[in-house]
Amino acid sequence: MVEKRGTKGILAHVVMVLGVLVVAFPIYLAFVASTHTAQEIVQAPMPLLPGANFWDSYKAALFGRETSNASNAPVLRMMWISLVTALTIAIGKIAISLLSAFAIVYFKFPFRKTVFWLIFITLMLPVEVRILPTYKVLSDLHLLNTYAGLSVPLIASATATFLFRQFFMTVPDELTEASRIDGASPMRFFIDVLVPLSKTSIAALFVIQFIYGWNQYLWPLLATTSEDMYPVVVGIKLMIAGGDASNEWNVVMATAIMAMLPPALVVVLMQKWFVKGLVDTEK
Amino acid sequence: MEKRVVFRSSWLPWLLILPQMAVIMIFFFWPAGQAILQSLQQQDAFGTSIVFVGLDNFRQLIDDPSYIASFKTTAFFSVLVASIGICLALLLAVFADRIVRGGVFYKTLLILPYAVAPSVAAVLWVFMFSPSLGVVSYALGKINIDWNHLVNSGQATALIVMAAIWKQLSYNFLFFLAGLQSIPKSLIEAAAIDGARPWRRFWTVQFPLLTPTTFFLLVINVVYAFFDTFAIVDAATHGGPGQDTSILVYKVYHDGFKALDLGGSAAQSVVLMVIVVALTVIQFRYVEKKVNY
Repeated sequence: MVEKRGTKGILAHVVMVLGVLVVAFPIYLAFVASTHTAQEIVQAPMPLLPGANFWDSYKAALFGRETSNASNAPVLRMMWISLVTALTIAIGKIAISLLSAFAIVYFKFPFRKTVFWLIFITLMLPVEVRILPTYKVLSDLHLLNTYAGLSVPLIASATATFLFRQFFMTVPDELTEASRIDGASPMRFFIDVLVPLSKTSIAALFVIQFIYGWNQYLWPLLATTSEDMYPVVVGIKLMIAGGDASNEWNVVMATAIMAMLPPALVVVLMQKWFVKGLVDTEK
Repeated sequence: MEKRVVFRSSWLPWLLILPQMAVIMIFFFWPAGQAILQSLQQQDAFGTSIVFVGLDNFRQLIDDPSYIASFKTTAFFSVLVASIGICLALLLAVFADRIVRGGVFYKTLLILPYAVAPSVAAVLWVFMFSPSLGVVSYALGKINIDWNHLVNSGQATALIVMAAIWKQLSYNFLFFLAGLQSIPKSLIEAAAIDGARPWRRFWTVQFPLLTPTTFFLLVINVVYAFFDTFAIVDAATHGGPGQDTSILVYKVYHDGFKALDLGGSAAQSVVLMVIVVALTVIQFRYVEKKVNY
């Protein structure tokens, strides 16, 4: 301890409380709005304390509703699509990156350096800079409006491959020697030794990639043309297309809360791995 | 770095890298090559005729006042997002670092925006600032500020800047906090014994040691402002009013998908690729330097 806390400590708490209030206010307001009726919200100023319409708002959002001039696709379906996509992206990325990192680190083969650089370059090509041609590839392969089209193009990840490569480099050679002497095949070594050793990295990466997959926006916008294949973060944008007066803000905000719930739970419950993953993937 | 012990097999490594190679060839290199090719061609919207036009598309971009305007908008936008976002995060991280008890509580709440998708963040901020029913715009009206981001381009820019900063705050905060916590306590104690007050200790000890983190975050935030904010712009303002918040990425999307100017959109993609490559090189230069410390 550098010095006695006293007033200094109070100042720190005051700043943090202010910061947290400002940061959490948009989320709090969304929650409050989702517990009122659309009419209550439209009367400015809207109430700042939760109301009694919680169940109706969420029911309307989850299962769709009859009377609506904006988009009224059921959110349950969108959440399902988001979940499948995010899980496929996270698990797929981890799987193919583990395999290719294993090949690059533990084998000598021609063009190994070239392969390494090819993967490295993809770091520099975010989907945003090649929107149209990638869309063309997808439609040529008839992958529009499919789960595969939503997830596979986002699966290739240089960051994950590098992370595993870095980690494999630190695994002692004695382990490899030992399993070779025991007569283990390369795949046996990979499954029985390397993967179990990588557990922490895998968990950290999973948290980051799940959120990445869940929050994708531009790609689903291109890869889907029909409303029943929209993930929730795309679907919510269509709900506010009607303009201030006609939007059912309580339903929109209920959707917003549900759209942020899964990634928020992952972040909060797996906080330790989340921070580790964030720091590791950027190294 | 090489492994001393390696396995031998002529086919297994190829099988192992096959999935990743297939995906990056089909969805990265092929489209990127197409983008470069298309940027040198002029094609009508129905794809019936293609003419090779060399650098004409790029010349048109330079001559197009709306493209130059979009460039300026993007530059202004990313400077604001990066500078304000980094300062706020640093402020919060410095105080969070001083807190002994309850730190986890604040931290958990501060990292929540990271989990919120950009488009959802945009919806939340649009809701708060909605001219007719927003809570914040209502409060602003009470102090005689008339808020309407649908017609006022300055306010539209302010809205997407705020939403973008809010969304990125968690990330910046976590990196600063990690940076602060990795500074040896003995350094700070030594400064304290020499009579340096907290404010002075921050500027002479902690801040200089945070330079690598700050620089890293600067690059990351610029990249973020350039590319990841597409969803915020699309959901909050649609690039409007007019084209006043149409950042470069939004313009690529709009010109290609809505206006169907394939050559022009491809040329814009190539310009963006050059920018990303430049930023990546800067970032790696810096990483090398850090290793040499």
